[in-house]
Amino acid sequence: MENAIQVSGLVAHYGEREILKDISFFIPKGMTTVILGGSGCGKSTLLKHLIGLLKPTQGQININGKNIAVLNENELNEVRKKMGILFQGAALLNSMTIADNVALPMREHTRLEETTIQIMVRMKLDLVGLSGFEEFYPSQLSGGMKKRAGLARAIALDPELLFFDEPSAGLDPITAAGLDELILKLRNVFKMTIIVVTHELPSVFTIADYVIMLDAGEVIFSGTLDALRASVHPRIKMFLERQPEQETYSPEDYFKIIAGE
Amino acid sequence: MPSIAENILNSAGRKARSISRDIHDASKIINDIFFWSFLSPLKGKPLRFRASINEMVKAGYNSVPIVAVISFFIGIILAFQAAYQLKRVGALIYVANLVGVSITRELGPIMTAIIVSGRSGSAFAAEIGSMKAAEEVDALISMGINPVRFIVVPKLIALMIMVPALTIFSDFIGILGGFVLSVTILEMHPVNYFLQTVNALLVKDVMTGLIKAWAFGIVITTVGAYQGFKVTGGAEEVGRRTTAAVVASIFLVIVFDLFFTTMFYYFT
Repeated sequence: MENAIQVSGLVAHYGEREILKDISFFIPKGMTTVILGGSGCGKSTLLKHLIGLLKPTQGQININGKNIAVLNENELNEVRKKMGILFQGAALLNSMTIADNVALPMREHTRLEETTIQIMVRMKLDLVGLSGFEEFYPSQLSGGMKKRAGLARAIALDPELLFFDEPSAGLDPITAAGLDELILKLRNVFKMTIIVVTHELPSVFTIADYVIMLDAGEVIFSGTLDALRASVHPRIKMFLERQPEQETYSPEDYFKIIAGE
Repeated sequence: MPSIAENILNSAGRKARSISRDIHDASKIINDIFFWSFLSPLKGKPLRFRASINEMVKAGYNSVPIVAVISFFIGIILAFQAAYQLKRVGALIYVANLVGVSITRELGPIMTAIIVSGRSGSAFAAEIGSMKAAEEVDALISMGINPVRFIVVPKLIALMIMVPALTIFSDFIGILGGFVLSVTILEMHPVNYFLQTVNALLVKDVMTGLIKAWAFGIVITTVGAYQGFKVTGGAEEVGRRTTAAVVASIFLVIVFDLFFTTMFYYFT
């Protein structure tokens, strides 16, 4: 199995607080990897490190053999041209039409003719099922359509790596399933390496080839979907069976908490 | 328990750290703005002209009515105030000098800058702040597009052109305001007033006003961008930063005005 991303000894802080505690893992090439974990486990922070928005306190993040933790802004931009990212809220630029949003990476990074760009924009929008919405503004679209448009922009330059931040957050089950199908299509047809950060279990079981699970800033599992189902790790079982966190303190402790001592 | 001395040192240290962080952020944004506006175009990274024109329309053309009304009133007010003193010594004709010189040298640029601070400085902070809150800035970075080049530089170019342009307009309308009052209520002869104004004004007066206006444009954009990029939370912080942008840019406009006026006093 060839690796697209190799992370070793990654430590990350927000101010004084340690978010990622010396984690190491790899992400296989040409597959869909899901980074799974509860709220506040550090998965969004991890994503921001993988796309170079944050610099780690310590450790290495190797993408195609380059450690992006030590690259300068120009070198990082070269790596970023081969990445596409769909943000949680789609992050379309509200002042531009959908077509201009999708065309933006092409206009900035290529010297293609305007007519070629127009054709490519229509191709990308057709791929995500948004033909005919070229001249709409993001505020005129529904949540699901915005995500599709964001996806069209993310794949504008045919990236090798495609990142999704909580793709089904805030979407109804039907729209979310549609997005999952698109993710599968992108992997099967375009052989992209896809990394999805999520906590939606139905989506995980549909799209994942490989799963990395984070808990409290540490990797507690990495492996295939079958291995995940077979795991006996208590946190994983709780997560998969949707059990609530157990009450961990005694009545005396509780009294101390409410008395503010 | 830390002693009182320790407490004082602690809080002083915390203050100093946050101040040094602010200074670092501010100098980083100033550095970025100047790099992407003046140096990178020389290296073949083109400026976004269409976006700049769009910003010029928003910041410049759309503020023409309010600048016109305020300048006209200021011209009338100045003429009244000047007449109040000058008619006692029978030198009413010097109203023309006073209105002309104080509008071109001072009131034209500063009133324009204050209007632009209120309209565009706040709009810049709010726009960039909400882009930051909606991850649009992150999206730009992750596409390999520098957000300062993409968002701030067109605004800077727009204000560097439009604040001086609005100032010329404001000078003209302000003098017109003084003229209208003088030929009606003060009963001066229009030709006399006109000639007196032309004789009183030097090219230098207009030019110093325009240099100031150009600098104010830079100050307003920089403050708006700085406050906008400082947003880390959500909508509430966008509001707070917008207010801060207006207050800080009006303050800095006046500080720079003092600086330039002092310079011009000694060196022109």
